[in-house]
Amino acid sequence: MNKPIRTVAIFCLVLFVALMANATYLQYFRSASLNDHAGNARVFNEAYSTERGAIVAGRSPIAESIPVEDQYEFLRTYPEPFKYSPVTGYFTYEFGAGGLERTQNAVLSGEDDRLFVTRLVDLLSNSGTQGGNVQVTLDRAAQDAAWEGLTGVPGDVEGAVVALEPKTGKVLAMVSSPSYNPNKLASHDFGEVRKEWARLNDDPAEPLLNRGTQKTLPPGSTFKLVTAAAALESGSYASADDQVPGGSTYQLPLTSGDTGLIDNEGRSCGTDRIPFSQAMEQSCNTTFARLAVEVGADAMREQAEAFGFNSTALEDLPEAASTFPDDANEPQLGQSGIGQFDVRATPLQMAMVAAGIANNGVVMRPYVVDEVQSADLDVVETTQPEEYSEAVSGPTASELTKMMVATVEDGTASPAAIPGVSVGAKTGTAQSGQDDVAPYAWFVSFAPADDPEVAVAVMIESAAIERGEIGGGRIGGPIAKAVMEAVIKK
Amino acid sequence: MAPSGSLMGFVHRQRRGAELFLLILALAVGIGAYAAVGIGVEGHVPADIVGYGGWLAALVVAAHVAVRIVAPYADPVLLPVVAALNGLGLAVIHRLDLASGDHTFARQQLTWMTLGVILFVLTLVVVRDHRLLQRFTYTSGLGALALLLLPLVPGVGKTINGARIWIGIGPFSFQPGEVAKVLLVVTFAGYLVLHRDALALAGRRVLFVDLPRGRDLGPVLAMWVVSLGVLVFQRDLGSSLLFFGLFLIMLYVATERPGWLVVGGLLFTAGAAAGYQLFGHVRQRFDIWLDPFDYYRQASGPHSDQLVESLFGMAWGGLLGRGFGEGSPWRISYAESDFIIGAIGEELGLTGVIAVLLLYGLIVERALRAALISRDGFGKLLATGLAAVFALQVFVVVGGVTGLIPLTGLTTPFLSYGGSSLVANWVIVALMLRVSDQARRPLPDLSTTDDEDPDVESTQVVRLP
Repeated sequence: MNKPIRTVAIFCLVLFVALMANATYLQYFRSASLNDHAGNARVFNEAYSTERGAIVAGRSPIAESIPVEDQYEFLRTYPEPFKYSPVTGYFTYEFGAGGLERTQNAVLSGEDDRLFVTRLVDLLSNSGTQGGNVQVTLDRAAQDAAWEGLTGVPGDVEGAVVALEPKTGKVLAMVSSPSYNPNKLASHDFGEVRKEWARLNDDPAEPLLNRGTQKTLPPGSTFKLVTAAAALESGSYASADDQVPGGSTYQLPLTSGDTGLIDNEGRSCGTDRIPFSQAMEQSCNTTFARLAVEVGADAMREQAEAFGFNSTALEDLPEAASTFPDDANEPQLGQSGIGQFDVRATPLQMAMVAAGIANNGVVMRPYVVDEVQSADLDVVETTQPEEYSEAVSGPTASELTKMMVATVEDGTASPAAIPGVSVGAKTGTAQSGQDDVAPYAWFVSFAPADDPEVAVAVMIESAAIERGEIGGGRIGGPIAKAVMEAVIKK
Repeated sequence: MAPSGSLMGFVHRQRRGAELFLLILALAVGIGAYAAVGIGVEGHVPADIVGYGGWLAALVVAAHVAVRIVAPYADPVLLPVVAALNGLGLAVIHRLDLASGDHTFARQQLTWMTLGVILFVLTLVVVRDHRLLQRFTYTSGLGALALLLLPLVPGVGKTINGARIWIGIGPFSFQPGEVAKVLLVVTFAGYLVLHRDALALAGRRVLFVDLPRGRDLGPVLAMWVVSLGVLVFQRDLGSSLLFFGLFLIMLYVATERPGWLVVGGLLFTAGAAAGYQLFGHVRQRFDIWLDPFDYYRQASGPHSDQLVESLFGMAWGGLLGRGFGEGSPWRISYAESDFIIGAIGEELGLTGVIAVLLLYGLIVERALRAALISRDGFGKLLATGLAAVFALQVFVVVGGVTGLIPLTGLTTPFLSYGGSSLVANWVIVALMLRVSDQARRPLPDLSTTDDEDPDVESTQVVRLP
């Protein structure tokens, strides 16, 4: 009977090998996908009860986990919730995470490969896994100024402010209003969390939306910077002193009547040809609509895309792509030249335009995560600034800078003037396209013009301001000024 | 190769010292795991570690002393492996007790282990020669049937979790199927060894398969069919599968005809297909196996929460595991019984699971080794049967928990919480040790070389020094 017994032995061996192979498959090869499974409460429980790393701005955290006496051991806490929530995002038990809490989850939860050594030490010392910290690029003073400026606008203001460091692409400030309180979403009272989540999602003002990166609106006159850049790059114009077409009205090609008629709302734009910088100072619609048509649809789109339109640049936060239409006919192109028709931009995008001009034509890729640190604050990785594109040549950039400085000194952007500092800026007031919706106020600027430290974009979508009073300069100018001052004065 | 030939003149050593050394290692596993659970869950070594460890050590030493006295030539590896598994199981159950807060399963399990060791010693003492059991071929067959039928008796039987495989005696519940398993092995071994020639040689050939005569196979086939019927009626899929496989393997070993495996395989396929068609619960298990996530956290109907939580747990454990107290094995319902492998996979990782599987593999391998060197057909069949029961049970339950095969619900030998299973498995190990003791024991000097035994391989003559 020994031969069949040997066969049985081999059969048993096969059974056990199958079990081991299956266990290996399950616990090694398939474990990542099972751990990522949406219904896997175990992983989220664990994430909830390990000491998640902090998100730090300046020297103090804007998101941290503090020990509490309940089954999850740690509570996610946001010391300045409304001001920083567009960047930190939220961290919920049932609804996942948003913002940096989501994109930097691997670091914050300690699972990131870059934290492997720390994790190994934790394992050997039998202490619980501690997450790494994320140091953000935000400048606390700039963020404070942006938040105070934006929420200082009367009424339930809807809008956003984004400030960039032109030379590096660091996001210095990013606020969005209305904002939300992520502490309420991180609560361990899940009933309350559910209520708050439903309330936030049902709110027509979309408080969960980061208007700085996710909301695209017609950029209005601020887009004239792109049009001017395209005109200068086309070679037809060389400097801020060149003569460009002016005039009080401009009938768009292929149109007749009022719908195709562009005017300057009473600003002084000459009768035939005016200096380029005057057109910029007075934000002459007739000039820039003409210039867009002159340059042509392809050149306009290429210039817009060189600044970052039609794609996204920020990897750390959810971002909506700003758009420039790629099949505009001539009248639509004219409208696009003054930031109307189908042109849509996020405040981040317009900040990139200003920063690119300030930085001698080079747009740096914007980023929010400055450093990744281990739990004991050892620097694991520092983000290196990266060139996003060369949007315009150096000479073009310096001519555009001249025009923007002139716009502050003698033109519509005067509210952003800072004594003793040369500031470049451009206002914008974009038609929403609907009669019952107020126009959007835009403002982009940078300072100091000769050695830029900060570029700002302000966008006010709606506020309790008379329709006629809405103007990028009047509302956005002071906010941008405050943010620029906060950065420069250090 | 003729092992008995090569064993001519070879005298096995007793190796009791080796067993003792391995037992100390096994105790280190059991007591160490208990201490690790205390540290992991409560932050300190459990206060009762001395009492607990002492009790565990006393049980293990008692078993060792019994083996030393009544089975001195028994295999030295089996007992330590079993002690390690039982100790680890206790620690894991204790860990789950701590998580639930109000269970005292570990304490009860220790009581059951004590009873198991007592029965282990009794078995070794009473069954001084496994061939004694051959006398009880039919008695144990009847006993097995009676035990299997018991749960169906009104008033005695209890339905727990949909399977009517329990009997209640006062405060105790007992799964008679676990004991019936051992009795069935004895019955099959006894019957088959007696009729193996007739089964192998007499009969007609039908479609390439030599079928034995009805009167040779009939009785054992009949009782096997009855057992299966009872189990199917009780909705105990795991045990049905176990009995089927056991019968097939023993028939194959007895007759040495691979054809039985073919026939059995076909019958199994047909049975599985019929079961799928006829029984809703079989179909459910099968559907859940194919796509467990479809049935996860369903508000109504069949749900796969237990399996999916086990899969999540094992994946979460990864290679090295979360460590005792660092996972959430309580998320798996019945983690302490059917799904204890899931709990081990989560907290001890793939490393722990593979270690446990290797220990099980060692038990099977050692039992089969005893079968190979056993000198009598009954011993060979008995040891093979016990090994097969073990291997199949581990395969069915671990395979089910890890999603390799549809889940059927069996206990994990020595690890799972459950008195009937633990006690029965201790008896099984006692029988394995008994066969190996007989097989390794040097024969008295017969000084003759007559070779009348038809089973040449099991005959050996050893000259004592």
